[in-house]
Amino acid sequence: MSHKLEIKRVSKSFKKHEVINEIDFNVEGNKIVGLIGRNGAGKTTLLSLIAGLKQSDQGEITLDGEPIFENQSRMQQVMFLSDSQRDQSLKVREMLDMTETFRPNFDRIYADELIKTFNLSTKKSMSELSKGMRSALQVVLGLASRAPITIFDEVYTGMDAPTRKKFYNEVLDEQAEHPRMFILSTHLVSEMDYLFDEIVMIHQGKLLLHDEYEAMTLKGQTVIGEANAVDQFVSGKKVLNEQRLGPTKSVTIYGELSEEERQKAKKQELEIGNVSLQDLFIHLTGGEA
Amino acid sequence: MRRDFDEGKPIFQQVRERIEDQIVNNQLKEGDQAPSTNQLVQFYEINHVTVAKGVNQLVDEGILFKKRGVGMFVAEGAKSKLVQKRRDAFMDNYVSPMVQEAEKLAIEEKEMLKLIRKIKRGEENES
Repeated sequence: MSHKLEIKRVSKSFKKHEVINEIDFNVEGNKIVGLIGRNGAGKTTLLSLIAGLKQSDQGEITLDGEPIFENQSRMQQVMFLSDSQRDQSLKVREMLDMTETFRPNFDRIYADELIKTFNLSTKKSMSELSKGMRSALQVVLGLASRAPITIFDEVYTGMDAPTRKKFYNEVLDEQAEHPRMFILSTHLVSEMDYLFDEIVMIHQGKLLLHDEYEAMTLKGQTVIGEANAVDQFVSGKKVLNEQRLGPTKSVTIYGELSEEERQKAKKQELEIGNVSLQDLFIHLTGGEA
Repeated sequence: MRRDFDEGKPIFQQVRERIEDQIVNNQLKEGDQAPSTNQLVQFYEINHVTVAKGVNQLVDEGILFKKRGVGMFVAEGAKSKLVQKRRDAFMDNYVSPMVQEAEKLAIEEKEMLKLIRKIKRGEENES
């Protein structure tokens, strides 16, 4: 079954500081959605609003047409996993038991498999787990619960690279076997972009972009060649970045190119290249990541 | 894995060529199950859309075929089709550039033939 999540002009402030500013987008269907933004962009706040853990000041968020906040049946569909500290005295086994009680689709056999995959000990208490292990436990709970909307808020950033790779593979396998909507927030863009069907990019509380993966990769282009020819070609276009090496210039522009423009570039011996999501992200959110 | 791909060529095309290579080299035989999209995504760390683009071209050309709910398989006659296609492209992709380069370096036909024979006989140094 596929679900529709609508974020309708949502704003949220904390102590007069506006963290989320009129964010508006929809996601429908079983997709892996990447929410990308720099530190402090508002990712966690947006996700906790989607999970119904906080109330928006303005606008609303609905799941299949009904508001999520204070709505038992809707909140049940959404699971939010983050790195925030929980009850430190609980043992891993107790966390699994508790989650099994609250989540109707929880698959205990799969959870036990995942516990092995991530080398977790069920006898340990939360306080005895390393940061990476705590992250792994969140991943286990999120995957095994099979909630229709599963949100991972940067849980994997505490994991080492091989463990993250295991996580990515599990998400892809799960999506193939038990399709649902995953929302993964991250700033590890170049490492994770291959997972995403759709990407939501936010910056300083505002929505920058929302599109499918392929469309995103076409949004930016690099133009490389003799400096004057490059300047002429990009005039009137939105320039995100410029680099110069002697007589050669490389310019990153925002916006798609028509076939005509591509032909023209070819004639002038200009090289046109794609811009990775990571570079697009860096340039659109103001330089150095 | 992703870093293995050339910058200059669309990645979906390179995915497609790698599957083709496996068929031409007999690593994947006719009737064998081809790797699933998901396996390719995980192995190469490239997006599902990109993989699907490459794989779908092979399906359209009758190199691979889909069995519903089971997966993707190498079609009957896939290898001979690919070999024929590559033979057709051999002149453009290999012979022409070689002849052009030879002309630049003033290497004569006789000498080229000699070199080819040398390689064929395996007399060339390994390096």
